[in-house]
Amino acid sequence: MNQAPKPIIQLMGITKQFPGVLANDQINLNIYSGEILALLGENGAGKTTLMNVLAGLYRPNSGRIIINGKEAAFSSPKNAIDHGIGMVHQHFMLVESLSVTENIILSLEKEGLVLPTREVAENIRALSEQYHLKVDSNAAIWQLSVGEQQRVEIMRLLYRGADILILDEPTAVLTPDEAKDLGRILRRMANEGKAIIIITHKLNEVTAFSDRVCVLRSGKAVFTCLTKDTNKKELAQEMVGREVLFQLKKSKCSPGSAVLSVENLQASNDKGLPALRDVSFRVCSGEILGIAGVAGNGQRELAEVLAGLRPASGGRVLVNGEEITNTSPINVINAGVSHVPGDRIGVGLASNLPVSDNLIMKAYRQPPITQGPVVKKKNILAFAKNLIAQFQIKTPSQETPVRLLSGGNQQRLILAREITASQGLIITVYPSRGLDVGATESVRKTLIEQRDIGRAILLISEDLDEIRQLSDRIMVMYEGRVMGILNAEGASIDTIGMMMAGQETKETKENAR
Amino acid sequence: MKIQLIKKTDQKSVISLIIPFVSFLLALLFNAILLIIFGIDPLEAYTVMLKGSLGSSYALSETLVKAIPLMLTGLGVSIAFHMHFWNIGAEGQLAMGGIAAAFVALFLQDTIPPNLLLPAMVIFGGIAGAIWGLIPAALKSTLGVNEILTTLMMNYIAILSVEYLYLGPWRDPQGYGFPGTAKFPESAWLPSLTGRIHYGLIFALVGAVILWLILRFTKLGYEIRLIGENPKAARYSGINIGRNIVIVMLFSGGLAGIAGMAEVSGISRRLYTGLTVGYGYTAIIVAWLANLNPWGVLVVSFLMGALLIGGDQLQVAMQTPAAVAEILQGAILFFMLGGSIFNRYKLKILSGQQNTKAEVEHE
Repeated sequence: MNQAPKPIIQLMGITKQFPGVLANDQINLNIYSGEILALLGENGAGKTTLMNVLAGLYRPNSGRIIINGKEAAFSSPKNAIDHGIGMVHQHFMLVESLSVTENIILSLEKEGLVLPTREVAENIRALSEQYHLKVDSNAAIWQLSVGEQQRVEIMRLLYRGADILILDEPTAVLTPDEAKDLGRILRRMANEGKAIIIITHKLNEVTAFSDRVCVLRSGKAVFTCLTKDTNKKELAQEMVGREVLFQLKKSKCSPGSAVLSVENLQASNDKGLPALRDVSFRVCSGEILGIAGVAGNGQRELAEVLAGLRPASGGRVLVNGEEITNTSPINVINAGVSHVPGDRIGVGLASNLPVSDNLIMKAYRQPPITQGPVVKKKNILAFAKNLIAQFQIKTPSQETPVRLLSGGNQQRLILAREITASQGLIITVYPSRGLDVGATESVRKTLIEQRDIGRAILLISEDLDEIRQLSDRIMVMYEGRVMGILNAEGASIDTIGMMMAGQETKETKENAR
Repeated sequence: MKIQLIKKTDQKSVISLIIPFVSFLLALLFNAILLIIFGIDPLEAYTVMLKGSLGSSYALSETLVKAIPLMLTGLGVSIAFHMHFWNIGAEGQLAMGGIAAAFVALFLQDTIPPNLLLPAMVIFGGIAGAIWGLIPAALKSTLGVNEILTTLMMNYIAILSVEYLYLGPWRDPQGYGFPGTAKFPESAWLPSLTGRIHYGLIFALVGAVILWLILRFTKLGYEIRLIGENPKAARYSGINIGRNIVIVMLFSGGLAGIAGMAEVSGISRRLYTGLTVGYGYTAIIVAWLANLNPWGVLVVSFLMGALLIGGDQLQVAMQTPAAVAEILQGAILFFMLGGSIFNRYKLKILSGQQNTKAEVEHE
């Protein structure tokens, strides 16, 4: 680490007030060249807000930004970029149909009739070599994987001469390998003298990537130190302000009869290409089957076929002995399948509708919520109130639109609904993605409770820690195939990793059935 | 300096009541300038319009006569819009309702007992409109055909069919060559409530009550809301979207069909050229201005009726060209619709010092 004596940027007493929320409260923070700083905190701690202030998107209510000893006031992101500050947002801001070069030209705001395509492509190549940032300048954005798109975003900032790069939750969308690559790229950029800030709520990322860490809690900077002088446990405590259970208590699994049986299932993805090839497995009551795999190896399609949202092109799905292959979603629900979808906002919720309307999405067909064709408002509110209390959903009222809840509370809402409706099988996809430590813990505890009362749980996740922590058995998928099914106890990360990469291991052969 | 639209976090009801008034005043101001340019005294013109549409019992009744078909078709499209099914085919559905009612009145008057003739016309009219709405609904739910195109094209078929019938096979042989069918028998006349205001008004009120009950208190209403807000979530929660589209379009088309029946039976008492004058298209504006609320549709339809009648009066009393009235009407609608954006957004004037991004999207 080459910590310069003088910080390149000093944030002094930054305060940002939103209607009803004090997002940043008198935050002081120094940023140094050549250093990777991790900004750690739970969802809603104010990390993104603080960085949006630095990137010129928000204007603070009070506080000063000092760059190289001189005070600066930003009125727009362009202003911040002119000062060398750039940000890669969680949702990429690229034009899908244009090429990498064209996207970068767009951001240069150059005028003139002729596109400087060749010149820009040449510069991209040079930068790409300097920072070991592999980018194909001719490819269209839609052809690139998420990890590659992220590199384009970084390239765009470098191209515009950014010296301070802010990345918001950079690994949230990446596979483990891509995350490792990103780590190398960030280190390389720091070595070249850039200041890097990553916003994260993942402790692993802090220890793996950063030189220094600053923990935000409820809008305040509560803890700053060199990463090597701290540990995960201390950081977690600072984040949530209380002890966190890292080891979930889990009783021994005592599986009952098979609830879900999948036999030689085949299905296609959105592009019509095979996504599931001959997938067979079963989940018994009282067990959690975790499905591990790099994103895009058929997990999403599997969940959708099981939930009745995507047609199967072959094979059979049985729930409690009843065949539900290619039937309608309502029949799948009636067969006892609950589904916590991976896309919370897009599929799991109607975000403009109130909490109560979202809670009854599965239960509204039966009394007491409806009697005949009539819905009973009073009973809906009672039902919602009950679930809100039981699952500790933090909401101002039952009438609050769901979009105003935090991610953790939205997920608790979905879990509350699905668990209440559950009659046997719970399919859960990325159940704790994007949630902070506290919410993750409560979601995982809930799933284990459900296992213990005899539900069969199918857990799809990209988070290997989550899979290993929760699962009783682990199934690994690769290119739409089942690579093998392991007992979670004693399954080594190396073995799972090899299977995720598509390599045959002795376990894959043993478990092939 | 920049001006930017920012999404409101809260919706204050007072503001949403003030907005239409301010929009209306601005429209009057704008129109006044236009009128001065045309060489017409704006104050005199406005007085004529106001008196002509609301200033006497006759004027009021004429306004209501215009409002009735707007109410029925407006209610119809608003329920479809709730589900984000863009039914712009109310005009055609109204036309089919008129044809079916005319068919009953002209050709079944001897088979159906006189006291059952009107109920039969209502039922036939409603069913014909419903079928006209059902076709795009079925195409959408089975094949995914875009409903905007199909409902629009079905309009042309229906409108031209009306024309073909009253100019061709159904033309009144004793009509001295005038276009139009024979007059209906008296048993097929929709009774009047007072003056020219006919029972269609009752149909509209009943329709509004039914829609309000459905949307507010039924399973169907909940499903419509859910589909409108997020069709993926609706499908995920087991709702059969295609079935709901069909049900909703039966209502939507049925209401427009009844509007057509009421027009031919309550006003013209024959099928002729005055049936398809654009109520079904105006209904789309009515539904939006009313924010898809059934009571709102009734109120907005009345005001829209006043605007139409006021425009007619302007022509009659001040000898202005028809186009002037239409320009005024268009400008008023333009301002009203433009103003409605401030129900959901607020303006923010940014000096050089301030942000360029809406600040509501914080963590």
